[in-house]
Amino acid sequence: MRAILAPLKVLAHTVPTSVGIAVVTFLLVQLAPGDAVDVFAGESGAATAETMAGLRRALGLDLPLLDRLLAHLSGLVRFDFGCSIRYNAPVASLVAERLPSTLALMGCALALALVVGILLGTLMACTAGSWLDRGLSAVILFFYSVPGFWIGLMSIVFFAVRLGVLPTGGMETIGGDFSGPGDALLDRLRHMVLPTVSMALFFIAIYARLMRSSTLQVLGLDHVRVAAAKGLPRWVVVRRHVLRNALLPVTTMAGVHIGAMLGGAIVIETVFSWPGLGRLAYEALMSRDFKILLAILFLSSILVMFTNALVDLLQLWLDPRIRRRR
Amino acid sequence: MTRAPLLLVDGLSVAFPTATPVRDVGFTVGEGETVALVGESGSGKSLVASSLLRLLPAGGRIVGGAVRFEGTDVTRSTEAELTHLRGRRIAMVFQEPATALDPVMTIGRQVAEVIEWHEGASRRAARARAIELLDLVRLPDPSRRVDSYPHELSGGQRQRVMIAMAIACRPKLVVADEPTTALDVTIQAQVLELLDRLRRELSMGVLLISHDLGVVGQWADRVVVLYAGRKLEELPAERLFDGARHPYTRGLLAASPRPSALGADGLLTEIPGQIDGADRLPGCPFSPRCALARPSCDDRMPDLVAVGPEHTVACPVAPRGGIADAVAVGR
Repeated sequence: MRAILAPLKVLAHTVPTSVGIAVVTFLLVQLAPGDAVDVFAGESGAATAETMAGLRRALGLDLPLLDRLLAHLSGLVRFDFGCSIRYNAPVASLVAERLPSTLALMGCALALALVVGILLGTLMACTAGSWLDRGLSAVILFFYSVPGFWIGLMSIVFFAVRLGVLPTGGMETIGGDFSGPGDALLDRLRHMVLPTVSMALFFIAIYARLMRSSTLQVLGLDHVRVAAAKGLPRWVVVRRHVLRNALLPVTTMAGVHIGAMLGGAIVIETVFSWPGLGRLAYEALMSRDFKILLAILFLSSILVMFTNALVDLLQLWLDPRIRRRR
Repeated sequence: MTRAPLLLVDGLSVAFPTATPVRDVGFTVGEGETVALVGESGSGKSLVASSLLRLLPAGGRIVGGAVRFEGTDVTRSTEAELTHLRGRRIAMVFQEPATALDPVMTIGRQVAEVIEWHEGASRRAARARAIELLDLVRLPDPSRRVDSYPHELSGGQRQRVMIAMAIACRPKLVVADEPTTALDVTIQAQVLELLDRLRRELSMGVLLISHDLGVVGQWADRVVVLYAGRKLEELPAERLFDGARHPYTRGLLAASPRPSALGADGLLTEIPGQIDGADRLPGCPFSPRCALARPSCDDRMPDLVAVGPEHTVACPVAPRGGIADAVAVGR
């Protein structure tokens, strides 16, 4: 019973939150000066006040703020994000086209960051004070402080331009002649390596540092000594009695980072010309195509809430003590 | 010629970079025997216990002496040999049952883990054994409780789980480091009763570490008194209350909360001064607090001298006589 109730409770929190997010993002976007018609006029070089007013009327941009907000909300309830002015296509299909590539990039980057970060952090904690620990700490501090776009650019220069082993950008080789689906997949994977790693490095640094301190803390607890007194070798003690206890703070942070990763995706997607949501959002903002922007903002917040709910459930599983408190 | 004891600690010294908190401590534990290690906080008794399993806190090192267990010198064992010793031949029960169990693992898994590791038992067999063991330590409803997490148990129940874990592989020696200090008095008696029953049934040796003389006098066969890392006296437990000779042991007895320990003013007597820094003295560490101390006490550590059957004292001025004098010494 409790196993069913817990996820439901977690989901129940998300409904009012998403309504709030829809309203706030809508109002925030209205604060940006100018609208799509201004951009059109600017790009076409000349436009009369009448044509602009006509365009606004046709697009519904002249309606009062409250009417537009209500139209926006009622659309969201029906999962209807409207039509893009710029691309002259339904926003939903534009977003759906870009979503998988961004999710793939984020998912891989997050998974890589978690696995490597947790491993490095545990290794550093178990060898705390040694040269290995100090060396790794220095490397990690470097990746923690260097911006992702610089790492991206430098990795392009080194791996793509100098060594020529990986592509400079994009998601696949354009006009590539593949003998089978395996080759096509391999080509995609090759394109993913640099953006994924560039995006992950910063988060690897965060998780490794976090994992190191939380592992050190757990290593000092009584039950770890008890486990050693049972005769378990050190690596078994760490795997069974330290890791799970030390993971809690890391999972909390990882949940928070989903949002940060979406933001970071814009930069990485631009550097690697990765056709994802981040770049779509950027282009929509520059052309004041608010419907796309709102749809992306809304989807991202849903994604963040969804992953946070997942993290909550993961923590319920990790720590039995939380189960009782609920 | 008597048989070699189960455990023989000889001239054990433990050092940290800045101090030597255990110096030249020796005692034995025979099969099926309960030996108590007594002393106040900071006397080094827990460090002695940790040394037996080579589980000293970071920075601590055994710098002298030997720990012979069943003929093997534990101080020379390799890490691989130690993993076979720990939990299987020598098991440990710790002071704080609230934190000594892994909070995110069921108690059944924590007990079964020992059996799986040391005896290569299957998961299912180990679980069945764990239920038996939980029953043996009188945990109520063991077949259901085996899937409980530590936070779902009371302090006394957790200590029972700790003991079940300790005896899982039928060790020859159980080191109980203040096993009842964190428990309330009624539970204390139950846990000690349990330990003693298991000692008899499994013929284990027990090294009981405690600062509670009442507990020690009731449950131990022999008592070893430590102060600032030095052994001051060793005597049979039944002689503790009326035969203790060392001024420190007598002071401790006088300070125990019993009717006879009350002074003329009805207040509990205490030993004046404190233990801090006593481990750096070249002579008897207790001399700064000792009413009987002579200048010669500070020159060198007095030798342990036999003064009766199984009774040794490291004090040349130790008086004879009953507890009445001890009160006088303590004041």
